[in-house]
Amino acid sequence: MSRYILKRLLQMIPIVIGVSVIVFLLLSLSPGDPAKMILGLNAKEEELALMREQLGLNDPIPLQYFHYMKNVLIGDFGTSYSTKQSVIEMIAVRLPPTLILSFGSLLTILIVAIPLGIALAVKQNSPFDNIMRVVSLFFAAMPGFWIGILMIILFSVKLGWLPANGFDKPSAMIMPIICSSIAGWAVNSRITRASMLDVIRQDYIRTARAKGLKESVVIRKHALKNALLPTITSVGMAVGGCFGGSVIMEMLFGINGMGKMMIDALRQKDIPTIMAGVIITAVIIAVANLLTDLAYSYVDPRIRSMYARRRTIRKEVAGNGSN
Amino acid sequence: MAQINTTLPTAKQRQKHLKKRSLWADAWLRLRKNKSAVVGMIMLATILLVVYTSPLYLDYDNDVVKPNLSQTLKFPAEGKLLGADELGRDVLARILWGGRISITIGIMAMLLSSIIGCTLGALSGYYGGKTDGIIMRSLDVFMAIPSLLLMITLVSVMKPTLTNLIIALAVGSVPSVSRMVRAQVLYIKGQEFIEAIRAQGASDFRIIVMHILPNAISPLISQFVMEIAGLILAISGLSFIGLGVQPPDPEWGAMLSSGREHIRDVWHVTAFPGLALVLTVVSLTLVGDGLRDALDPRMKR
Repeated sequence: MSRYILKRLLQMIPIVIGVSVIVFLLLSLSPGDPAKMILGLNAKEEELALMREQLGLNDPIPLQYFHYMKNVLIGDFGTSYSTKQSVIEMIAVRLPPTLILSFGSLLTILIVAIPLGIALAVKQNSPFDNIMRVVSLFFAAMPGFWIGILMIILFSVKLGWLPANGFDKPSAMIMPIICSSIAGWAVNSRITRASMLDVIRQDYIRTARAKGLKESVVIRKHALKNALLPTITSVGMAVGGCFGGSVIMEMLFGINGMGKMMIDALRQKDIPTIMAGVIITAVIIAVANLLTDLAYSYVDPRIRSMYARRRTIRKEVAGNGSN
Repeated sequence: MAQINTTLPTAKQRQKHLKKRSLWADAWLRLRKNKSAVVGMIMLATILLVVYTSPLYLDYDNDVVKPNLSQTLKFPAEGKLLGADELGRDVLARILWGGRISITIGIMAMLLSSIIGCTLGALSGYYGGKTDGIIMRSLDVFMAIPSLLLMITLVSVMKPTLTNLIIALAVGSVPSVSRMVRAQVLYIKGQEFIEAIRAQGASDFRIIVMHILPNAISPLISQFVMEIAGLILAISGLSFIGLGVQPPDPEWGAMLSSGREHIRDVWHVTAFPGLALVLTVVSLTLVGDGLRDALDPRMKR
């Protein structure tokens, strides 16, 4: 198991390098002069030339990249072109709100969608199930920022219950987290419902019922774990979505997070900040994917024993192709 | 539980069963029987009709972008069915015109990403080995960044023209499309009829284009339809943060963004563009769901 985790962590390295190469290339080849961004439009040509030399912008792009990565490896993400702050310090401030927002949304998705999905499966074809089918169709179609606007109109402007801005106190976190997870509630409760329905039709569930177990025990002890696998896949894939979506949520609710930092940095062609933001996001998502895969093995012991038989698996994967 | 039909088929029905139907005719029949898919198709057809005929009854300069400051933020009333926005422009006219932009970008981006995705997915799935490794590992790199963040980065390094927007959206969705196509190709490649065709001496290109892709695509069509919905949401998200369709052109996300400034006073400038967005996405989802059920070979009789 620990070997598997180590292998996965090592696999992250080429991906992160790939991401940094692509983004660095994109930024270097795109129009716009960072020196002009730093010194302003009225800067003299000599000053600009000096600044370019200082930033190493006259070097060939591969050389610039190697310089940058050399510093990153010793933990130095450089200094922001626009705020003149150390990028690491900026991220230390900006990362926590984004993490709370994204992982708070993921947690809310799990807390809402799984019980809801189970309830819908147990009460299949009841009026509740039918109404929720339509409701979730609409919830899944609503863009988070629109729900956000409507919630601000209702809860901040009309009722004055929740603040429309910031992320400093728990009451300010409620709306952003709900808005970025509401589509996830809808999608994942449908997935949980469908897989629960698949599972409770199987023979071993009938056996459990025939033993005289209470229905609640049958669902909780016997059906739930097996029914959760598709939900875990889907929630795992939602990590990236939550992280990407948090950019828009941060703009809407005026949260000082990574997303807002990235947008500002992109507008000003602040290469060190953009690079750091992208690299850190890629690492967080890779770790989240790893955690998802580990969650599988917790839920399904069959997968756990598969890690033990690594060699056999490798052969199987080579035969089938992984998808 | 499906109801068991106890009545014997009439002569006409029996004849219908005897007739050979193509996959598509078959799918169309099943699609027509699916109530929610029919609702979705009617909604979608209405939306497309109204939105794409808008240039016939709307004048871009006069109805869509010309400010009319005497009407600023006017509530819905006769003459202005959905009210007016912060510059006094008719919200309904802008929703219709904006829909044309959103839906066109969504469809174009979907087409572009499915062309690239099918090519990469087919090469990767068919040849396997090194080709597969190189393509999939490069796509992993793109998958490592959230697609919205990737789109934002691409749009902001290019100029925000419509073409660039389509390219950025397509690039953002290529990795997932390629993976889906690859999985399908892997499945079909292993089937006997492909072996039979290969035994007849068909070239790789012919096998992929004539035999594998047509079989691989039909289950993917529903995915492509839903992809349009996802892309329309993505465009509106980009426009909402000012990186998508640029003013004065209307776009649903951009309208929400400019209406946001006035939510303390009026609700109609933000409510209606969002509603248009939701109805479009819902109709695409219904049609996509229906297509999936209709085209899924496992569902066949």
